[in-house]
Amino acid sequence: MSTFLGMPAPPPRSPYGTGNLRGDRTFPAAAHDELRNGQLRRNLGKATRTIRGKRLHVTGELPDWEALRDAGSAIKTDTMNRLPELLEQLERNVTERGGTVHWARDGDEANEIVARLVRATGSSDVIKVKSMATQETGLNEHLESLGITPHETDLAELIVQLAHDRPSHILVPAIHRNRDEIRQIFLDEIPGVDPRLDNVPAHLAAAARAYLREKFMTTRVAVSGANFGIAETGTLSVVESEGNGRMCLTLPDTLITVMGIEKVLPRYQDLEVFLQLLPRSSTGERMNPYTSLWTGVTPGDGPQDFHLVLLDNGRTAALADTIGRAALNCIRCSACLNVCPVYERAGGHAYGSTYPGPIGAVLTPQLAGMHAAKDDPNSSLPYASSLCGACFDACPVKIDIPSMLVELRHQNTEQSGTTAEKLAMKAAAAVMGRPKLYTAAQKAAALGRVVGGRDGTLSHLPAPFSGWSDSRDTPAPPKRSFRAWLASAEGAATMRAAAEEGARHGDDHQEEK
Amino acid sequence: MRIGLFATCLGDTLFPEAVRSTAVLLARLGHEVVFPPDQTCCGQMHVNTGYQREPVPLVRNFAEQFGDASIEAVVMPSGSCAGSVRHQHEIIAARYGDAALRSGVATVKAKTYELSELLVDVLGVTQVGAYFPHRVTYHPTCHSLRMLRVGEKPLKLLRAVEAIDLVELPEADSCCGFGGTFAVKNAETSTAMLQDKMRNVCGTGADVCTAGDSSCLMHIGGGLSRIRSGTRTLHLAQILGSTRTTPYPLTEAAR
Repeated sequence: MSTFLGMPAPPPRSPYGTGNLRGDRTFPAAAHDELRNGQLRRNLGKATRTIRGKRLHVTGELPDWEALRDAGSAIKTDTMNRLPELLEQLERNVTERGGTVHWARDGDEANEIVARLVRATGSSDVIKVKSMATQETGLNEHLESLGITPHETDLAELIVQLAHDRPSHILVPAIHRNRDEIRQIFLDEIPGVDPRLDNVPAHLAAAARAYLREKFMTTRVAVSGANFGIAETGTLSVVESEGNGRMCLTLPDTLITVMGIEKVLPRYQDLEVFLQLLPRSSTGERMNPYTSLWTGVTPGDGPQDFHLVLLDNGRTAALADTIGRAALNCIRCSACLNVCPVYERAGGHAYGSTYPGPIGAVLTPQLAGMHAAKDDPNSSLPYASSLCGACFDACPVKIDIPSMLVELRHQNTEQSGTTAEKLAMKAAAAVMGRPKLYTAAQKAAALGRVVGGRDGTLSHLPAPFSGWSDSRDTPAPPKRSFRAWLASAEGAATMRAAAEEGARHGDDHQEEK
Repeated sequence: MRIGLFATCLGDTLFPEAVRSTAVLLARLGHEVVFPPDQTCCGQMHVNTGYQREPVPLVRNFAEQFGDASIEAVVMPSGSCAGSVRHQHEIIAARYGDAALRSGVATVKAKTYELSELLVDVLGVTQVGAYFPHRVTYHPTCHSLRMLRVGEKPLKLLRAVEAIDLVELPEADSCCGFGGTFAVKNAETSTAMLQDKMRNVCGTGADVCTAGDSSCLMHIGGGLSRIRSGTRTLHLAQILGSTRTTPYPLTEAAR
């Protein structure tokens, strides 16, 4: 027997070329097109502004909101610190209650497991509860390639699926569509829909409801994700708004749940924290309309065949990063998307991943890597932020996304070898690290005045600054730097006069006392 | 109080008036302003662009320049540079520095303030004897607002300015789109953010848009200049430094 256990290696990322964790263009290239879509800008601006207001209202009314955020953060940190033991505990409890647990090291494995389970039932259709994990693995595409038809049952997810489109928001996947577009999609794609359908939201919902009701009643297999999995009891949970989830989780004979391994929580009681944090942060509601909880199989009630697929797909790799691992604390509320000024302008598709917005910009590169191919689009994601910090303030589990973005930028430059940018940064640091050289450079910069226009501004700059100068004037450097002024006779006299006034002011102050 | 003034590389080189106003203001309030002559840059641009090895000498230089115990406080007319000193220098020192650097960084971090923090929290003044008879709107820069949590401090100072017509900026807390190299790497998204900020600024009818960071003002001001909006930008220090005896000579911005 060999005693060689193999060379230690970092845990694998989500394999290149699988699933939906990488776009085909960099963020700036994709944003270039999205920014030109006026309809998208208006939809996003309106939707995010509304949801921001609602969230602030319902988080502001809780006296212990900050304490809840601290509790959420602490529970998640504890969870990540002992993830292996909690997952094994979850597996034991699910198995004991009649469920079957499967371990998928990546998205392809998860897809194969689900497909095998569906085939075993003999069904050619599955109904689906909105699930980020199966979007991440590209499950629908995989099932379709095998002749199995997945039916999304969340209204927005249905719109996206019928339009052969991709979700652009974690919670509101069709946020980029307005009601006129949705009406047209339904008219084109729902068989037998009333051709007089108008764009009244209630009528659109009724059309979807009639279509979905038939699927709920006739499909024997459902696939769901999970918001939480409780290690202590083996209980799974899905929270939702429309009741479609409850239908999928209770009506079919077979239920297959795909859950990212980071969704586990230690105790049942932990739900008291997260069921407050999640709805208030995501939809701006005090409580979500439907909370479904199930534990294994209950004889004679609900699905009699329950499978839990635990998905890694790069999560262990993220866990191995001492700074990046906090991204695994995310509960997918999407509050960070709704407050992000970059997301609001560029939209979710610009990120190229199932996970858009600030959390996507830190989670995607960690799950799938930033250098899996030449000019990997994922390496542009950590830069898709002005580091304004609004996401950190909004996060219900206090993930310090700005610091993580800065960290990932550093990891990117460390892995990128020698670039023109790195040389420029080295040169800048070399000048700034030597005060005499720095002062000389300032004097040289002041000569830049000669290229300034009549009003002392520069309106065109060369690459890589041409994007900047397309919409901004830049002031020509002033004649004198601050330090040159301070060292001049004029500077000395001005400072002396101010100091004398300060001394008088001080005396007056003394007298007042 | 003996106060060390950090001009910041951008302020020293491109926006010396804001630094000058800071120096004169503090002297006028009766404090001793010292300018350690070998200061250069805090290294923020490097760190925020992903470079952490290169700025080590800059972080070290900052700690050396301002480490002197006779300097009771360090002030800079920039929320983002103060944020860099307070939040990023220790990260750089922990990763690529030695014990001496870590200790130097910790010492100087504890006495570093952005201008409005120094005035309101440390020196305990909101009335600085300023006079500025113009319509002004205030943009709270992201790092002042969310990294340093300066909150109402700049507004308290502005409200105490004689003859000022201070008007509220709608959606004030949204980012102007600068973000350092973000405005270069993602220039178009940055521009989309800038357009919304400018629309809000122009809607106030203000003569001046002010803030505590010359960098964000360079961005907003560069945009306002390009569209010939008639609104100009001034650093908070320049408004606080304007007095009845030496008022700021506000020239009309191009329309």
